[in-house]
Amino acid sequence: MGKTIAEKILSNHSGKDLRAGDVAVCDVDFCFGQDGTSSIIIDSFKKLGAAKAFDKSKFYMIIDHSAPSPNIGVSAIHKKMRDFAGTYQVGMYDIGCGVCHQLVPQKGHVTCGDLVLGADSHTCTYGAINVFSTGVGSTDLAITLASGKNWFKVPETMKIVVSGKLPKGVYSKDIILHIAKDVGANGATYRAVEFYGDAISALSVDGRFTISNMAVEIGAKIGIMEADAKVIKWVGEHSRKEPKPVKADLDAKYVSVKKYDVSKLVPQVARPHTVDNVADVTDLADVKIDQAFVGTCTNGRLEDLEAAAAILKGRTVHPGVKFIVAPASQEIYLAAMKRGLVETFVKSGCIVVAPGCGPCVGTHNGVLADGEAAISTANRNFKGRMGNPNSFIYLASPATVAASALTGRISDPRTHKGRL
Amino acid sequence: MKHFARRLKIQDNINTDYVISGRYKFKIQDPKELSKYIFEDLDPGFAARVKGGDILVAGENFGCGSSREQAPQALKMSGFAAVIAKSFARIFYRNAFNIGLLLLECNTDFIDDGDQLEIDIEKNKVRSVSKGLLLDINPIPPVMKTLLDDGGVIEHFKKHGGFKFEG
Repeated sequence: MGKTIAEKILSNHSGKDLRAGDVAVCDVDFCFGQDGTSSIIIDSFKKLGAAKAFDKSKFYMIIDHSAPSPNIGVSAIHKKMRDFAGTYQVGMYDIGCGVCHQLVPQKGHVTCGDLVLGADSHTCTYGAINVFSTGVGSTDLAITLASGKNWFKVPETMKIVVSGKLPKGVYSKDIILHIAKDVGANGATYRAVEFYGDAISALSVDGRFTISNMAVEIGAKIGIMEADAKVIKWVGEHSRKEPKPVKADLDAKYVSVKKYDVSKLVPQVARPHTVDNVADVTDLADVKIDQAFVGTCTNGRLEDLEAAAAILKGRTVHPGVKFIVAPASQEIYLAAMKRGLVETFVKSGCIVVAPGCGPCVGTHNGVLADGEAAISTANRNFKGRMGNPNSFIYLASPATVAASALTGRISDPRTHKGRL
Repeated sequence: MKHFARRLKIQDNINTDYVISGRYKFKIQDPKELSKYIFEDLDPGFAARVKGGDILVAGENFGCGSSREQAPQALKMSGFAAVIAKSFARIFYRNAFNIGLLLLECNTDFIDDGDQLEIDIEKNKVRSVSKGLLLDINPIPPVMKTLLDDGGVIEHFKKHGGFKFEG
């Protein structure tokens, strides 16, 4: 019987012939923490009594969740991270570098066929470039930092096939919101998901990151795709590591197969307070918004900023809306400046903030007031996620967010023909 | 030991942001201090009502969302002896056993807030003293049982110089 991608990558990293349900200790190719999780990584690493990191080149700490620091407590954590990086001579991306899930692939730390752990739940993002990457807690990460290993239960795999040509104004974000609506927040718990189909192949690598990023929102351990020519080109441009693409066997065993035709999909919006509470944009035209946000590990990449800027260009954000833009990394920020996107945002009345997670996690840079509603390109709309439990968060594509910011109500980007 | 059930108003998909909000977890490092704010966005005042030995009871997919280990840490520091739910999200599941917080999977439909409970891990049973019910628990997977018996993953790793279930 054939194997799934998850079974193959975990087998390759354990030296054993593994099948779904097996438990094995595997070698990890890269691991990292961010500023919400690194403090406990450091504490646990010290409790383990480890003398040094297993490999200084295979661990990074990234300050992105509250960057720059908004208060004394966070500043103390950032200092603790810098001190640890200095003492143990491990890598660090400090404030302003960007969001961990942009930096890890963009800086070339991971490539096809790798096994990666991150102390952040959206580590599943690099599934888009054929990486078995998943989120763990800080103590699990500390174990890997000390030993280069961790234990894995080989997940069963669910196959999702997405076919059809996406209509204008409909994006990868709409695909994954549509899938979340169908399978639910619990629909793939503990499973691996393999994504296939001509609709996935047609997406850029950046667009695919959006889909893999949100695999955890349906409970999945990984959301992985095969490495096609676009992926091989992308990793070649970003990483010096040798890609080891892994494909599933034709007779691999899947726990279930789901098929979606997106040729008639309309822009999707997740309503408060769960990611699977999804509606068509056309059903939400009465919803007034106070804030718009383009950014995050889901949708803070160059093509996301381009989609938003194209709709905004030469126009002004609705006076009742605060529109915040956070490029996902410094490189994206620079590219956006060179292409004139930053100028478009500023002239339209947007606030472009430093690369980082900021508003999405409610630490700073745009905390909502009681009763306010935001439309955001993030991946979570939990009550209180943006810092105030008495506010409301809607999730959508960058184009839908930009279209909504112009009117002050949730709006359909497809009305902006010629700008899509 | 006598345990009393604590339930929240919502049951399914209770995420780790709800367990401990980012407003606190990003700036407070002391788990005892953090534990004062558990479930604040769902039920302000909940933390103050928790007594040592209480058992948190929930529905499906408890602990979904963020990987924050502060969530099981804060629950443990609040005094919860265990969490019983119909199912758990995977990162939370690992995190809890890693730090020695007991999680049990069981049909929780018949457990109400305030019910007195008894747990028998060896026999995989939860008894509701209040309702006179005996409920089946899904057996704890061997790996998790090993971690729990050793007092968490750090103690396990130190004791065996690696994972005991290795090789």
